Amino acid sequence: MNTGFGPFYDGLTHLFVTPEDLLPVIALALLAGLRGPRFGRAVLFALPAAWLVGSAAGLLLAPQVTLPVAETIVTIALGALLAASCPLPIAAVVGLAILLGLLHGSLNGSELPKTTSYGQISAAGVAVALFVVVSLLAGQAASVRVPWTRVAVRVAGSWIVAIGLLMLGWAMRAPG
Amino acid sequence: MKNFLQRAGLVHRSLVILFLLLYPLTAFAHRRGGEAIGFASGFEHPISGLDHILAMVAVGMWGAQLGAPAIWVLPVVFPMVMALGGMMGLMGIKLPGIELCIALSALALGFAVFREARPKLWIAAFIVGVFAIAHGHAHGTELPLGASGVLYSIGFVIATGLLHALGIAIGLVHRWPAGRIALRLAGAVVAMGGVFFLWKAISGEAV
Repeated sequence: MNTGFGPFYDGLTHLFVTPEDLLPVIALALLAGLRGPRFGRAVLFALPAAWLVGSAAGLLLAPQVTLPVAETIVTIALGALLAASCPLPIAAVVGLAILLGLLHGSLNGSELPKTTSYGQISAAGVAVALFVVVSLLAGQAASVRVPWTRVAVRVAGSWIVAIGLLMLGWAMRAPG
Repeated sequence: MKNFLQRAGLVHRSLVILFLLLYPLTAFAHRRGGEAIGFASGFEHPISGLDHILAMVAVGMWGAQLGAPAIWVLPVVFPMVMALGGMMGLMGIKLPGIELCIALSALALGFAVFREARPKLWIAAFIVGVFAIAHGHAHGTELPLGASGVLYSIGFVIATGLLHALGIAIGLVHRWPAGRIALRLAGAVVAMGGVFFLWKAISGEAV
């Protein structure tokens, strides 16, 4: 993503124009928020941190890697957990955040230029964007008290599952 | 009044946040002769056929008629199972009788609304699921090669969900006696539309 404003802003906007990254983050943030503020706060820091670590690993270690099926399966799983409003313990939610961050961070990092500082600064932009998205969504989800609004959040999870299933179909599409 | 304002404010904030999150994705909404198909194309696909529209709105109406938890279970089941059918269609997995099943869906769901059918929740979900597979499979096989899947999928699912929401909104009139009758009539109209599409499907004509 080239905004013309430099690597930090490129990273900042990357999340918002990359649905493969944005969807699982939305699902996780809403899931954490539904579980409560404590969960939201944990994911708020765990996810960007893990994404940064993953980006660093991707920058340092890998050639460009794409794993569309793995990414989609993670999206589907998070959407399903949100739809079911699964009563996961905080360790599990943080674990999911770390897993998501490491996976997507490393895939992002593998696509970035490795010879300049562009990659590191861009990764920082992504981390800030994650922090903002999680704080907004988890905060909103944590503040809902009316039953039908909690149901609406869970319905959003089912939509994410549906989108993921279609994406999986695209990824595994029969040629011709 | 204070509670209403608080709830309205929360809904308003949520909608604004979601709009801001999803709006940048529309930057990719462009279509070039089937090569790259984005959000707009995916959004218009479920509303491109009256048979699809009738069935999806009927799901919402029936859910509203059945009340909680069906009012949200049915519209949750349909998009997910429909996407499963779409996935199967995209992967080239063939299923028999899809067009017949689609035509039957409007008839069956409309009739269920007309008769105020109240089966057990799992039966209602199963019926909706069977029809959802057919609808999804049809959409999946219709998608052209070279299309970009992600934004299309997002538009597709959102359009489907909004049709269900429309059906639920219509279905909420059943709280009033006159609304209950109106809803049943609406179900009858959907069912008659289903008869038309079923006839078309049986006679082999394109819908």
